[in-house]
Amino acid sequence: MKNDLHEPGLALHVEDLTVSYQSRPVLWDIDFDIPPGVMAAIVGPNGAGKSTLIKSVLGLVKPTAGHITMFGRPYKVQRRKVGYVPQRSSVDWDFPTTALDVVTMGLYGQLGWIKRPGKSEHARARAALEQVGMADFATRQISQLSGGQQQRVFLARALVQDADLYFLDEPMAGVDATTERAIVKILHALRDAGKTVIVVHHDLHTVSTYFDWLVILNVRVIAQGPVSQTYTPENLRRAYGGQIALLDRDNFLNATPSAS
Amino acid sequence: MLALLSDFTIQNVIIGAMLLGLISGVLGSFAVLRKQSLLGDTLSHAALPGICLGFLIAGSRNLGAILAGALVTGALAALFMVLLTRTTRLKTDAGLGIALSLFFALGIVFLTHIQATGGAAQGGLESFLFGQAAAILRSDLWVMGTITAIALALVALFWKEFKLVTFDPVFAATLGLPVLALDIALTLMIALAVVVGLQMVGVVLMAAMVVAPAVAARQWSNRLDVMVALAAIFGMVSGLFGALVSATARGLSTGPLIILAASAIVIVSLLFAPGRGLVWSGLKRLEDKRALRGRRVLTTLYRLAAEHKDPAYPAEQAMVDAYYGLETRPVLNRLHQRGLIAQVCHMPEQTPHWVLTDQGIAEAEALLGHRDDTP
Repeated sequence: MKNDLHEPGLALHVEDLTVSYQSRPVLWDIDFDIPPGVMAAIVGPNGAGKSTLIKSVLGLVKPTAGHITMFGRPYKVQRRKVGYVPQRSSVDWDFPTTALDVVTMGLYGQLGWIKRPGKSEHARARAALEQVGMADFATRQISQLSGGQQQRVFLARALVQDADLYFLDEPMAGVDATTERAIVKILHALRDAGKTVIVVHHDLHTVSTYFDWLVILNVRVIAQGPVSQTYTPENLRRAYGGQIALLDRDNFLNATPSAS
Repeated sequence: MLALLSDFTIQNVIIGAMLLGLISGVLGSFAVLRKQSLLGDTLSHAALPGICLGFLIAGSRNLGAILAGALVTGALAALFMVLLTRTTRLKTDAGLGIALSLFFALGIVFLTHIQATGGAAQGGLESFLFGQAAAILRSDLWVMGTITAIALALVALFWKEFKLVTFDPVFAATLGLPVLALDIALTLMIALAVVVGLQMVGVVLMAAMVVAPAVAARQWSNRLDVMVALAAIFGMVSGLFGALVSATARGLSTGPLIILAASAIVIVSLLFAPGRGLVWSGLKRLEDKRALRGRRVLTTLYRLAAEHKDPAYPAEQAMVDAYYGLETRPVLNRLHQRGLIAQVCHMPEQTPHWVLTDQGIAEAEALLGHRDDTP
């Protein structure tokens, strides 16, 4: 059995990955690795293929070429070790269900076919809601929650999966500062517990304070490694081109000393 | 009434109509939540060519063959729609519309061909356009009942899977659920519901039966299980109503009456359902408006008192009226009822005057303080 392990020492190993939609490459010849126990950001301009990358890692999009393994094996056999937080806007929040019920959905994979969630599943879901500070909203209909609260419910649904590797697709998009702080705190706690957290992130200003690992993407991998070595004006300019003017200079001044 | 219920034909119609309400309510809930309300419309119109083909192949008005044909062309239309939306830039609504018109046109061509060539053997195929409940046989009920039982059993068995695929198909896929297979299963089951309704309400009105009970039920509940149960009940009540009314009155056909009953339930639900109903939210807005006016008048009285450095300053009602340019008496009365202000005399003036009570002062300060917090 040992033989079919490929790069087992890495939480995520992506090699020669190419994904194309209608013969136009969205990701081209991507190689990157993320070691276990880090909190990694994937950043890049719009259309860089960040969401496509997450989708192909999770088997939602079929790669044109290349392979991906997690802890040495493909996603298909590692599902139980992976938790996923999709973009909040990917579902209709007017669906008739409660916050607790949504969190319980995180356990459907472990439950298997036909079997209904019971007392122990609901207890675990409740604990996850507690963890994200949403215990009081368990029986709320999900459309009555604010954007930040909905995001926390999604996070709780991933937490209840009790995974080793977490993927989050823009979890900080459109939430207030309090929620953002709460989310970051939970993610840091996960990392400190030895889990690997990979976040598609859109806000360059917070990269160096939230994350310790960085992958800069723009169809190809521009840079990867510890934030202190990769978060440089040079790399960001290569990824973002002209858009780099949007960044304020102070941020770089802060970033550069920590790099040396 | 009892005599009516013991009539064999009417029994058949009632049972058939209620079966139809049951299956279309349950499966319609999933269709509506998946934003596929139009799918029922496409499936039912696409059933027409299948009805004709089934008739042509069986050579007679054999219900089994006709329903099988309807299911096959309905499924083909759904497949055609999926292919269209996946391979072209068309969105689902356009795909559904194209599939609907193409298959319905084919159906009409077949139907007129059969009518022109089949002579007397045509056996009233056009009754499938608008339904003919009275023609239903006990053996037809067995077919409908079996289909309904199978569909309900599948929904009960895979409840959790269907729920997740309806709410969040992407997450379902990451858990390893076969989303495409579940999608196809749900679509096929909706096609089954449509097939069950063909004889009752016909291809043209069947879409309403898929959508109406589900839409009405969504108004009354925020839980999927309650919504599905309510939709089933609404569907069955509509079926019962249509069957009974058409049995008691002469010259009224069952199918359209069922749809009318379902539509009436939809209208009542849209208007009066607590929380989501239009009347309810209108009342809430009126209430808010009143509360806002009350708050404004209260703070005006507070400012007047503050300006005169007298917490018990009696404000003359006409002065408040003049400030707002309208009659403030109803607003003042409501504030009085809540104990926030009191009426006093201020001789020698004979007109009504109002002072803030302690409670009113506290309330006004809370309002103003709150307002100062927010820039």
